[in-house]
Amino acid sequence: MVRYILRRVMYMLVTLFIIATLSFFLMKMLPGSPLNAEDKLSEQQQAIVLEKYGLNDPVPVQYVKYIGGLLQGDLGISFAFSNTPVTDILMDRIGPSAQLGAQALVVGTILGVLLGLIAAISHNGFLDYTSTVIAVLGTSIPNFVFAGLLQFVFAAQLEWFPVALWGDFKHTILPTIALMIFPMATAARFVRTEMVEVLGSNFITTARAKGVSEPGIVFKHGLRNALIPLVTVIGPMAVSLMTGSMVIEQIFAIPGIGEQFVNSVMVNDYPTIMGTTLLFAALFITIILIIDLLYGLIDPRIRISGGDS
Amino acid sequence: MDRKDNNIPKELLVLMKQKEDTSEKISAPSRTFMQDARRTFFKNKLAVASMIVLVIIILMSFTGPGMNEHGIDDQDLSVAKMPARVPVLEDISWLGFSGVLSDTFKGDTADHATQNAFSRYKSDEEFIDIKVLDEGDGTKNSAEVKATYHIYEAKDMEDTYFWLGTDTLGRDQWTRLWEGTTVSLLIAFVAAIISLLIGVAYGGIAGYYGGKVDDVLMRILEVLVGIPNLVIILLMMLVLDPGITSIVVALTITGWTGMARIVRGEIMKQKNQEYVLAARTLGQTNRNVIMRHLLPNISGIIIINTMFNIPDAIFFEAFLSFIGLGITPPEASLGTLINTGFDNIMLYQYMLVFPAILISVIMIAFNLIGDGLRDAFDPKMHK
Repeated sequence: MVRYILRRVMYMLVTLFIIATLSFFLMKMLPGSPLNAEDKLSEQQQAIVLEKYGLNDPVPVQYVKYIGGLLQGDLGISFAFSNTPVTDILMDRIGPSAQLGAQALVVGTILGVLLGLIAAISHNGFLDYTSTVIAVLGTSIPNFVFAGLLQFVFAAQLEWFPVALWGDFKHTILPTIALMIFPMATAARFVRTEMVEVLGSNFITTARAKGVSEPGIVFKHGLRNALIPLVTVIGPMAVSLMTGSMVIEQIFAIPGIGEQFVNSVMVNDYPTIMGTTLLFAALFITIILIIDLLYGLIDPRIRISGGDS
Repeated sequence: MDRKDNNIPKELLVLMKQKEDTSEKISAPSRTFMQDARRTFFKNKLAVASMIVLVIIILMSFTGPGMNEHGIDDQDLSVAKMPARVPVLEDISWLGFSGVLSDTFKGDTADHATQNAFSRYKSDEEFIDIKVLDEGDGTKNSAEVKATYHIYEAKDMEDTYFWLGTDTLGRDQWTRLWEGTTVSLLIAFVAAIISLLIGVAYGGIAGYYGGKVDDVLMRILEVLVGIPNLVIILLMMLVLDPGITSIVVALTITGWTGMARIVRGEIMKQKNQEYVLAARTLGQTNRNVIMRHLLPNISGIIIINTMFNIPDAIFFEAFLSFIGLGITPPEASLGTLINTGFDNIMLYQYMLVFPAILISVIMIAFNLIGDGLRDAFDPKMHK
């Protein structure tokens, strides 16, 4: 198991290195520099600015310096906000994104599991039909469309919640709902399918035969088994949270990582774009690693086959 | 031995007639797997309805832009931000096609609120209907009036109809909506088909040949899969010039890996079956075995996967256009239209509503068809 984890972490670092290299050279191919026409700098001043960003060095030297900086957690200096290191910008903004992401994931998954459970228990009944409709809508309607609807109805018209910006807990409610729809719908669909299958299996009949109470069957025997495969959909959920953070933070004007990324794209702030990309990549890869390890922990069959292959 | 008691006349001994054996007979006509799948699919009402809706949307995306006289980039600032107005439907006020702008305004007194309404709608007082909702008592923002601005009359355009209104540059939304749908669907279909071709070829080769070939191909794939799709797509969009081709390229670079993995797994399951051995014994080339024997047998799973790739592609296109990395104006796509709609959501909701509804309907339809196909191709589901 330890060897397996070590090997996976190795793979992860190699992947990150490839992403860093790829994004570095892609960014070098793009036009644009920290200089802008409005500043009217003399040639000497331009040289000083370029020197500050290390842009006077040949590309291979810049590359080595960049990778060296990465190892120390230094993502370079932002073009748009002069003199601010990208690491600082991202650190300032990670809080709101993390809070929204965590709230959406936790609330969404719990609601989704409940929804799926209700659907499975009333298999082919009215509640089943309703929750299936919710699940289909949730996976189909793009989250930014949904966010717009929420913002318009609950913030602009009914004025129950603030329209945008970041502040107290009230500000997080609408963005959280918009973000959690996809995890909720995915979990609901998944749990329903699994529960229907589990509830039809032989060991449930056995449990019924020996007189286990209905809640006992549903929660102790059914749900436990149905929840195991749910771990596999955390990956797609994480992706939806990341794309969601970009659009939903933009819509609700939340000072998070996603909003920073979109704004950096607008002004060609390459160091920030690269920093954000690497952060997203690192997050995503770590999540996938945790899922794989978790899966091995929950389901021993996978540990055995995955351990020494 | 005495055999006297056993003298049954010979003529009574008749050969028992064998009854026709019905146990082996198939009562219903035999159906191939594909016929079975088709039957299950067409029994699924939601999937069939989605299919009809999609066909209508696709037809509309081609014919829609030609249905009125407005072009996709006919800018005219004098008719900017006109609300939706449709003949006949304009008389049913709650539908929102009557060509009026309306909103509620607050003020300290009813007069004050009315003044606010007038200043909002360029003081065209004769074309503004005011309905007082709350007289107010003079305190701050206590009074409320509902103002309805007949903008078509105010602009002296009673005979003009913008069915879904116009955007901030006075371009007809109906035309742009259907042009945008064409672009979005085109991107989705092309991306899905290219992903299908690459994925099936890659996965097919890896799965069929196995061994060293499989090892090398799968290691390459593992590295690619390790990099998050989102990151690759965003980087590609930054590097390539914005446009349809770049979006298709960015989507296909990541899109084929899922298909390749599934096809490889299925081929590995199928390749040891007798029919493959038979085909090879008869001297079929490897190419033919893959193309003629293996692929038709795994076509179900390929079709399902493609069906789910299409809505993903539509979503990513809209997402990219929404954050400003996708289609650029004057070209339209559902994503850019939604983006423009968001900029005007507080005052001109109609700009967001129609593209948002359309993209949701398209996504729902594709997902339902995908679900229907999955059920249809799953042998466990056939009854």
